[in-house]
Amino acid sequence: MLDKQIIESLAAKAKDIRISTIREIAHLGNGHIGGSMSIVEVLTYLYYHEMNIDPSNPKMEGRDRFVCSKGHAGPAVYATLADKGYFPKDWLMTLNVGGTNLPSHCDMRKTPGIDFTTGSLGQGISAAVGIALGQRLKGESSYTYAIIGDGESQEGQIWEAAEFASSRKLGNLIVFTDFNRQQLDGFTSEIINMDNLDTRWLGFGWHVQRINGHDYNQIAEAIENAKAVKCRPSMIILDTIKSKGYAPGEGIKANHSMPISHENEEYAISVLNGGAK
Amino acid sequence: MRDTSDIKDMRDALMAAIIDLAKVHPEVVLLDSDLASCLNAPVFAKEFPTRFFNCGIAEANMVGVAAGLSSMGFVPYAHSFGCFSSRRAYDQFFLSANYAGQHVHLIGTDPGVTAQINGGTHMPFEDVGMMRLIPDLIIIDPSDTQSLYDLTMQAYETGRCTYTRTRRKGGTHRYAPGQVKLGKGNILADGKDIAIVATDEVIVNEAVKAVEMLAQKGIKATLVDITTIKPLDTDLLEKVSGETGHVLVCENARYAGGLGEAVAAHLAKTCPAKMDFICVDERFGEVGKLDYLMKVFHLTAEDIAAKAEALARR
Repeated sequence: MLDKQIIESLAAKAKDIRISTIREIAHLGNGHIGGSMSIVEVLTYLYYHEMNIDPSNPKMEGRDRFVCSKGHAGPAVYATLADKGYFPKDWLMTLNVGGTNLPSHCDMRKTPGIDFTTGSLGQGISAAVGIALGQRLKGESSYTYAIIGDGESQEGQIWEAAEFASSRKLGNLIVFTDFNRQQLDGFTSEIINMDNLDTRWLGFGWHVQRINGHDYNQIAEAIENAKAVKCRPSMIILDTIKSKGYAPGEGIKANHSMPISHENEEYAISVLNGGAK
Repeated sequence: MRDTSDIKDMRDALMAAIIDLAKVHPEVVLLDSDLASCLNAPVFAKEFPTRFFNCGIAEANMVGVAAGLSSMGFVPYAHSFGCFSSRRAYDQFFLSANYAGQHVHLIGTDPGVTAQINGGTHMPFEDVGMMRLIPDLIIIDPSDTQSLYDLTMQAYETGRCTYTRTRRKGGTHRYAPGQVKLGKGNILADGKDIAIVATDEVIVNEAVKAVEMLAQKGIKATLVDITTIKPLDTDLLEKVSGETGHVLVCENARYAGGLGEAVAAHLAKTCPAKMDFICVDERFGEVGKLDYLMKVFHLTAEDIAAKAEALARR
């Protein structure tokens, strides 16, 4: 169990990151709010509590690495990186503006702190596997973390990466599935049924856990368990709510990428600050 | 620098280069997709067991893993047959390797008709066009064991992504070490009536014969061997176009996206010539031995000589 103080501090960070993410997207007027908001707890846990990183030296040798394979969650990653000090916070208002360093999907050539370029779904996990393999070849004790989407898991490449990672016994690879049960066109249950993800990953030879993706204690315990498994890569399936914390988007079908009006921006932030829904 | 005149097969010249690089550069690694024995990659695996990865029959993941390894400072060479290296792993090579600024050397073996008895499913005529669409990618199509060896060594130094297409079995000895430079064509014959611009080992071999056949008819042909399809040796192309006014481009690939289209587009802007093309038009591949395929796809020395003669007389 995490200390109460740590949980409170992480929860405060999560609120800040959610507010920044809403502001980023609202400033432009629309964007990938749903899948950004659903991963905020795991992002904040990794960046504020878990990973061995140095924002003043983004390319530090031997660091832990993070690949956001669902590259469209860039806005939440950028809000986190800015808060960590990888780049000035005012960059966040340039999201997707021509010439920006913060493009819609994560780009390692543009954004300090991004460890790999993603955006074409299914590709980030293979890169993460390569990175984990590279860490092992170099004799590092570091870890590679990646987040994939449940919709993204419809890509065949995910499963190519899965079978390779388990065959190579990559115990230093910890992947999360953001299991928010929604994809661009609607609910996964209406498009491709993803209900049996746990058994799929087990069948591919991974160590599998399933937890509440918005609960820091469960995230902490799952990562600890994953690290104790030395010869298998780990899948941690996060039950999450798409658009979590952006109230106007929660529970609706079309929340993958949506317009955010100034009124909804202020309303959602007031809810995050304790106002009534 | 190694002399490859004792190496019989193209694949062994390639493996020799990768092994020589790996001896000097500990970051060199080799990935394959269940075609390792076809490339004689076990020779590499034996010498560097921790630096060889058989990724199984999963080309997309192989290229993605290679890109991830590159981001860790490794320099991966990744192999499959040309049809799969291009068509099955294209988005991964495009984005995770090239767009992401990584340093991945992709190898596609048995290009075009050299796929022979693997047949139409395995016969990439389109890989050149697909790869030419990737910004700043280096494309190598060697014409002998030495050019393959030397260009592999030189391409390593660029720090850029490359695509190399070469047949595996069989080989030609044409050059001495150091004669071929990345991005530069080589003049194999000098004549004022027509310039034959050829790429790919089996095609250049035919073009050499065609030059002799043309000479017997009193037609003097220049022959340019293009071993680097991209970046193109535009200075040399402009020179031979200007000197002869007739350019015949010959390749083991589709016209669409191929070397012929690249040369035509460049000369149209700079130094137009009367042109024709030896290449594969709107056709898929088919099964057969090399001599059969060279005939049905009209890639033989006789085809080249006939088109060159007609073009020279235009």
